[in-house]
Amino acid sequence: MSDHEHDHDHPPIADGDEPPAAARVRALEALLVDKGIIAHEDVREGIDWLVSRTPADGARLVARAWVDPAYKERLLADGRAAARELGIDPGPAPVLVAVENTDRVHHMVVCTLCSCYPRGLLGPPPDWYKSLPYRSRAVSDPRGVLAEFGTTLDDDVELRVLDSTADIRYLVIPRRPAGSEGSSEDELAALVTRDAMIGVAQPAAPAAARS
Amino acid sequence: MQRAVHDRGGWPTDAPIDRSEHELADWELRTDALMGALARRDLMNVDQLRRGIESMPPEDYERASYYERWLFSIETRLAEAGVLAPGELDARLAP
Amino acid sequence: MSYRPGQRVRVEAREHQGHHRTPAYLKGKTGTVERVHAAFRNPETRAYGSDGLPEQPLYLVGFAQRDVWPDYRGRADDRLFVDVFEHWLQEAQ
Repeated sequence: MSDHEHDHDHPPIADGDEPPAAARVRALEALLVDKGIIAHEDVREGIDWLVSRTPADGARLVARAWVDPAYKERLLADGRAAARELGIDPGPAPVLVAVENTDRVHHMVVCTLCSCYPRGLLGPPPDWYKSLPYRSRAVSDPRGVLAEFGTTLDDDVELRVLDSTADIRYLVIPRRPAGSEGSSEDELAALVTRDAMIGVAQPAAPAAARS
Repeated sequence: MQRAVHDRGGWPTDAPIDRSEHELADWELRTDALMGALARRDLMNVDQLRRGIESMPPEDYERASYYERWLFSIETRLAEAGVLAPGELDARLAP
Repeated sequence: MSYRPGQRVRVEAREHQGHHRTPAYLKGKTGTVERVHAAFRNPETRAYGSDGLPEQPLYLVGFAQRDVWPDYRGRADDRLFVDVFEHWLQEAQ
């Protein structure tokens, strides 16, 4: 019987639906722990951080920017500082740039080379963001991609696509929905979807406008 | 201009964007966190991660899932660093 | 930092074996500096175990979509913005 320390979160020993990589990474982790290269706690902490990240954090930045013009300017100037101002951990990327949609300009974000994404504020990226077709067409046929997402832009709106190739992470500040003038900040945050902060969709309409 | 398999911007494709999503499986979270653990111990950085992924044979790159690519790269790096001996992980997995 | 916002720059059209972050579709294209970011460690050398120093200036460069894609379908003023390291840029007319 081995006397190595136990991590109390044992992953399933075997699962028929899993690819071979699943058993492989569990064996690799165990091997590295046995060699003293890493500790189980290192991996545990990483998993805890990753599952704690959700788009609700990004939505709070957007909602605050919508109601507070001075905050919006601070968000546009320094995204990481603006996140910390609201008590939100922006994540490890050294620079976060927020880009603002207006009635004349719409932004959309992609990483054609891999999957760069503001995970600290939006959580892990959806599969489609990392997919080969999105990475291919977001830069060369962005209006076609928006159409696939059911998003149409007004005729006079310029579309700006950002390809995150380096250390900067981009967050889209979508336009505040019409009819939301009476909404509280929390109600506004609930309208800000992850897809709106990537730029493939518009935010949801307020409840009164929907009915 | 030559392009490597990961360099997808404008790559000709008729494929629709599959918008279905899945919650990350335990093994995927584990792979992600393992990379983070190695990075914090200065054993691997994100540029090495990407370089390793880009070194996959093109057919393997296109067929692999996202975190399968990460795992390939992590194993490549650990072998390069002399942390993993050839065949060591396979031997650990063998029944 | 050699370039300023508003300056026209061309992305070098050179092959680069090994890891680099300048997309193929952009090589040889001319755009306008939109933003001057800070300088960052060079991923091309960090990818092979170097510390990536000296840091390289990074720019957000904007391109007219119709200058990048011959059959671009969209508005004439649609643009594409990409972060490009200084050592991949040259002055352009």
